[in-house]
Amino acid sequence: MFGYLLTRIGLFVPTFLGVTLISFMFIRVLPGDPIIVMAGERGMTEERYQEMVEKLGFDKPVLQQYWEYLAGVLQGDLGESFVTKKPVWEEFFSLFPATMELSLCAMIFAIALGLPAGVIAAVNRGKFFDRALMSSALVGYSMPIFWWALLLIIVFSGNLGWTPVSGRIDLLYYFPNVTGFMLIDSLLSGQEGAFASAVRHLILPTIVLGTVPLAVIARQTRSAMLEVLGEDYIRTARAKGLSPTRINGLHALRNALIPVVTVIGLSVGSLLAGAILTETIFSWPGIGKWMVDSIFRRDYPVVQGGLLMIAVIVMLVNLLVDVLYGIINPKIRRR
Amino acid sequence: MTELSSTQPVTENRPSALREFWYYFSENRGAVIGLWVFAGFVFCAAFAPLLAPYDPTEQFRDHILQPPAWQEGGSWAFPLGTDPLGRDMLSRLIMGSRYSFFVGIVVVCVAVTGGVMVGLLSGFAPKWVDTLIMRVMDIVLAFPSLLLALVLVAILGPSLTNAMIAIAIVFQPHYVRLTRASVLAERQKDYVTSARVAGAGKSRLMFITVLPNCLAPIIVQAALSFSTAILDAAALGFLGMGAQPPTPEWGTMLAEAREFILRAWWVVTFPGLAILVTVLAINLMGDGLRDALDPKLKRS
Repeated sequence: MFGYLLTRIGLFVPTFLGVTLISFMFIRVLPGDPIIVMAGERGMTEERYQEMVEKLGFDKPVLQQYWEYLAGVLQGDLGESFVTKKPVWEEFFSLFPATMELSLCAMIFAIALGLPAGVIAAVNRGKFFDRALMSSALVGYSMPIFWWALLLIIVFSGNLGWTPVSGRIDLLYYFPNVTGFMLIDSLLSGQEGAFASAVRHLILPTIVLGTVPLAVIARQTRSAMLEVLGEDYIRTARAKGLSPTRINGLHALRNALIPVVTVIGLSVGSLLAGAILTETIFSWPGIGKWMVDSIFRRDYPVVQGGLLMIAVIVMLVNLLVDVLYGIINPKIRRR
Repeated sequence: MTELSSTQPVTENRPSALREFWYYFSENRGAVIGLWVFAGFVFCAAFAPLLAPYDPTEQFRDHILQPPAWQEGGSWAFPLGTDPLGRDMLSRLIMGSRYSFFVGIVVVCVAVTGGVMVGLLSGFAPKWVDTLIMRVMDIVLAFPSLLLALVLVAILGPSLTNAMIAIAIVFQPHYVRLTRASVLAERQKDYVTSARVAGAGKSRLMFITVLPNCLAPIIVQAALSFSTAILDAAALGFLGMGAQPPTPEWGTMLAEAREFILRAWWVVTFPGLAILVTVLAINLMGDGLRDALDPKLKRS
């Protein structure tokens, strides 16, 4: 197990270096001079320009620039935003809880509905339930989520007036930021209605972001279950006279979960990609919206830093999934 | 030897590959429906200027935000209503199919060609080249695809062409990995060894001996990424980073319609529905393709 862990972490390091290289290159392959872009329409004097070149290190050899960038990254220095002048690292972590909260809720939503749907479909293979569930799953899988979000807004916010259209909480409420998770903070604040307001803000974005993972999990669970249900030990369990619920829920699902867990882990990347669209539509103040806004504002250090941080998060989660997978499934470890 | 000669007539009686493929493909009803819808989509894309009742950019100033024909205030002159600038929705949707089809074709062609080449190379090259290629692919895969495409478009400048380039680059690693995996599996087999012993050169081994036998999963993946390409291009268009207005690209149309969602449901509903139906049809087809082409799932 230790050797497996070591090789897996050994793979992490070159990938991490490559990711930093890509984010380092990003600002340098942009068309135009980033310093002039930063100056905006006012322009800048020749002296100020030279000053900026020196400050950003553009006058040094590229290799040295990369080395300094890498050293900075490892110490949590991702540069400063052109627009807010705040460190990118700080901005990232002040916004990250919002994305994290949304993604976690979406994932819980997807797992809570997707797992049972997949199991029910597999158990009723070929029957009406299976067809209905799998057709819906395919529709969910094919859904353009930005359109799905607009439809939900039309119905639930526009026509029914049940949910708000944007933000994380009503402006009425104000409380200190303790955990960064609105659901927890609103409870801690003890203000009446704050928690309900946070929940109402969260519902639509959660559904939108969770739709595609939900479909993927349902499909994956079904096929994994079907595979497991054909195994000999299931036949043995049946022959022993165990109840179908016990067989499906305990014996089959446990082994079917292995590929499903992998799919859940690997969907973190697509979840973050979905967060870009979801957050933009619902004005959710998280990483995705921050990235899109920064791209439009040409706030290149933010785009660069955000790109790197998101990639590192995806890599860390993948590493975690691989390690967990090695623990669950000894066959992988020995390969 | 006698056994070998006795199998000869059996192989002659085997149905042609296409027939066999169709047999398995048509068993999946969804796939056939998907194929028909996709055929309709291709027809729309091919004959868009003939099918569209109006020019997609023509503005009928007297008919701004007119609802669809079956709703009060609508007329059959504009069956699906008009958008905020008085342009005919139906014409724009029909023209939009062209862009989506174009995006799908170009992205899949570029991604497949590049990915298969690199994957083949990776499977046949010395170990260190293989390792290098796979590490580079790992790096690209570490970025969420839409984010990487967004950033690439930010570098290249927002346009449909750049969006296609970005999406094609993002899709590349999947094909590289897929091709490499099949190549590594095929290389072990006896027919490859015998070809090598018979004196086949490296390029012959790569392209003529091994590649045709790796195509099945690649074709399935190509079908599925056709739909993902359409989705991603629409998403980029929606974010303002893909096709630019007044191009009647479905995602761009949605972005333009966003502020009218509570006043005019049709300007939002139809473009999205068009994306959903197209993507769904292609995914249905892809599932059927997998059933028909993947020998592991074939019922023998």
